[in-house]
Amino acid sequence: MLMLKKFLRDVPAVLGLLIILSVCLIAMLAPVIVPNLDMVYDGDLIARLKPPSPEFWFGTDSLGRDVFARVIMGTRGALAVALTVVAFAIAIGVPAGLYAGYTTGWGSELVMRVTDVFLAVPQLILALAVAQLIGRGIESAMAALALTYWPFFCRTVYSEVRRLRNTLFVEALQGLGASASRILFVHMLPNVASAIIVRATIGMGFTIMTTAVLGFLGIGATPPNPDWGLAIAEGREYLPQSWWAVTFPGLGILVTVLGFNLFGDGIRDLVDPRLRRSR
Amino acid sequence: MIRFVLQRLLLAIPALFGLLVLTFIMLRVLPNDPSAALAGENATPAQIAAVRNAYGFDEPLWKQFIIYVEQVGRGDFGNSIISNRPVVSDIAWRLPATIELTFVALLFAACVGIPLGTLAAVWHNSLFDHVMRIVTVAGLAVASFWFAIMLQMTFSMELDWLPLRGRFPVGLSPPLQITGLYLLDSLLTLRFDLFGQAFAHILMPALTLSLGGLASIARFTRAGVLETMQKDFVHYAEAAGYARRRIIWVYVLRNSVVGATTQIGLLFGALISSAVAVESIFDWPGVGSYAVSAILTSDYKAVLAVTLVVGLIYSIVNIAIDVVHAWLDPRVAENL
Repeated sequence: MLMLKKFLRDVPAVLGLLIILSVCLIAMLAPVIVPNLDMVYDGDLIARLKPPSPEFWFGTDSLGRDVFARVIMGTRGALAVALTVVAFAIAIGVPAGLYAGYTTGWGSELVMRVTDVFLAVPQLILALAVAQLIGRGIESAMAALALTYWPFFCRTVYSEVRRLRNTLFVEALQGLGASASRILFVHMLPNVASAIIVRATIGMGFTIMTTAVLGFLGIGATPPNPDWGLAIAEGREYLPQSWWAVTFPGLGILVTVLGFNLFGDGIRDLVDPRLRRSR
Repeated sequence: MIRFVLQRLLLAIPALFGLLVLTFIMLRVLPNDPSAALAGENATPAQIAAVRNAYGFDEPLWKQFIIYVEQVGRGDFGNSIISNRPVVSDIAWRLPATIELTFVALLFAACVGIPLGTLAAVWHNSLFDHVMRIVTVAGLAVASFWFAIMLQMTFSMELDWLPLRGRFPVGLSPPLQITGLYLLDSLLTLRFDLFGQAFAHILMPALTLSLGGLASIARFTRAGVLETMQKDFVHYAEAAGYARRRIIWVYVLRNSVVGATTQIGLLFGALISSAVAVESIFDWPGVGSYAVSAILTSDYKAVLAVTLVVGLIYSIVNIAIDVVHAWLDPRVAENL
């Protein structure tokens, strides 16, 4: 309860949570709230590149598709991709980090050296190389992002487990004869969970951004996907006259990522006093 | 100190070796048949076999790996499909452009971010502080490729103040090459007209790149300054009657910025990542735009060479930052 009270006093973090919740709500209700649902994928070529109007709030793109409808439908893709990528990264990174942190020996060393290799190159560069190898399209972009993002979770979990391993309660459990898997999953995981949640929240924003970059560069989503990055790339050719086709998808990225960043900052302050922004 | 540098270098070796293994796997093991890919679409089985033999693809994998490491050691990454020149000379030719761009961006981010962060700390909880907080969080949430296009649209297409793309005007010969950095070379040769041209071209890409860095530098400076201001030596300096301005901008800032130097390593990674999209938007002839065109043409040798080179530079930068950090704060070296 104290935590909740403290959180509610942090206005930017609450704002972040509200943004996340509204984006999720918009994504779920997208087919209901989008005014011109039939103009998400199929455009009306006569109505191409129309400026914002009461009928088309964000105007229409080069194929006569409703930009507002596409930005709204784009929230679904962005959230689904980021959730999948972060979930896979957690599924690989967390067990690897638990194992490497709790045990010593060559197995643990191997896991951490592999992690170091992945962290030795900026994630986007590595994801680009992997994505280009396994082929174009949103699925391979997702695979590339998950394959290059798990080391961040592994590192976080590893250092937390290393810190906990020598604490009194773990020693007591060992003394009582608890099995390693019981100590790890029943007793350590809840202690590490807050660090994982912080990482995952910030990772959501980060992954939405990276997915958009991949879409923009032409190695992520493929047409006619209403992906924000792809939409910016498509609209770019009709600048500066049709500014709306580029501006609004970018604002979609900005608002969504902002929500996750604000919320991530707020919960980091709550759970990790060492990193607290001094206020 | 020398021991610290050596230790730091030794620690980087396993990661770089691992990177070699990783790129080798991506280059030789994952593609179904690299020989068939190299021989071309209409190759006969005999031609494919000849390629396999010529490149040593019929050797066992460990032997292929040794050949690969030798090649990389010689700087031999093969020829690029796009330019039909050795990949390594392509990269070497484009590296100064990327270095110049990221350096100017980092410089700008530090010059603006550190004072802003300090002011936010000095006037904390003021209106300025709250506005700064919103601006810095938003700065980290803006997609740099989108921001780049917005700048282009406003300042090049609409207002026509700045050049739309490129590193230098077409048809004008760049300054005499000394360092490869146009801004520096034009100053060294006293060609101020060329400096103006180079500056006008670098302004928008550097501004775009610096955005994320500026935001994080401002945030870390703010946190650092706030923390340092609580320290005893600050109270002592205040009691001793030093001017407040001197205390903040000299003593406090020096002690706060030291901790923030480690952040520059992370920042550098983010900068390189944004540079990929930003360079291709501005047609900046650097490594980032090279990587993009290599990916779009499936020039996998060039892609992996860029990955290796970036990994190498990234490791060197991180080591250099650790060394600088240890030099500024000797306690760091002792704790390793």
